[in-house]
Amino acid sequence: MTKVNVYVTLRESVVDPQGIATKEALKTMGYNEVENVRIGKLIELELDGSATEIDARVKEMCDKLLINKVIEDYRYEIGEVAGK
Amino acid sequence: MKFAILVFPGSGCDIDMYHAVKDVIGNEAEYVGHMEADLERFDAVLIPTGASYGDYLRPGALAQTSPAIDSLKAFAASGKPVLGVGNGFQILTEAGLLPGAFLRNKGLKFRSGKAVLTVQNIDTPFTADYKNGQQITLPFAHQYGNYFLDEGTVSELKQSNRIVFTYADSNVDGSTEAIAGVLNEQGNVLGMMPLPERAVEEIIGGTDGLPLFNSILKRWSENNVSNV
Repeated sequence: MTKVNVYVTLRESVVDPQGIATKEALKTMGYNEVENVRIGKLIELELDGSATEIDARVKEMCDKLLINKVIEDYRYEIGEVAGK
Repeated sequence: MKFAILVFPGSGCDIDMYHAVKDVIGNEAEYVGHMEADLERFDAVLIPTGASYGDYLRPGALAQTSPAIDSLKAFAASGKPVLGVGNGFQILTEAGLLPGAFLRNKGLKFRSGKAVLTVQNIDTPFTADYKNGQQITLPFAHQYGNYFLDEGTVSELKQSNRIVFTYADSNVDGSTEAIAGVLNEQGNVLGMMPLPERAVEEIIGGTDGLPLFNSILKRWSENNVSNV
């Protein structure tokens, strides 16, 4: 079993209202060094297959459904699942 | 004229759409479930608002995997009218039938109320009964109403006159160029965040949505008459 972590972030050209609100909240708490906050999401996949197979299939899943390329960018990390 | 109303798990306002078509404009309406693939027998498809698939992943994203969307793509390609409102608009962008994508409202909160819109293009199957530049008031209700388009797509839409509605009074949710509704390249698929089916009778607070449904009917009967 392989575990793949897909990290989804908003594209740089896209304003992130959640990030802006969170940055302001951090500043209110006194963390004045914070210059920028961007909020993304993590998608964890557990799947079977050979390394090359998984790479190609995950890319396909991202392109077809997991990511909306109009507003989002992504990268993923492939690792083993311990004890499975 | 026979209207299909697509119903996904989580569609909330299919009954409003049914009421508008069946009871107010007096035409045939039928609910079509997301697992059904037969749309050919219909003259128009309406995609209601709500929160299909609980808005999971991204609003409208999971609906694109249902059989009804495959048939919808064929239906749209045939040139017949397709209208998606609210979540229906989000589904159309996620399915690739309309450009752009949706972000959370600039103020982060869910908002509902009435929006004043400017009708920017009356040369469509959906807006012929309005006047160019007319201001209309329609209800809205969304948390992901912040319509995003990249610069290239915006200028493409402007050049081809595919921006159909813009917010006239305020654009608080942050939509690119205050866009509230857009048309596909072929001109037969309209997506809009405001909800015309909630403004078809005075008793529910206005009738500014009525000309939209009447425009669809008018175009259909024109085509039908010319085919005879």
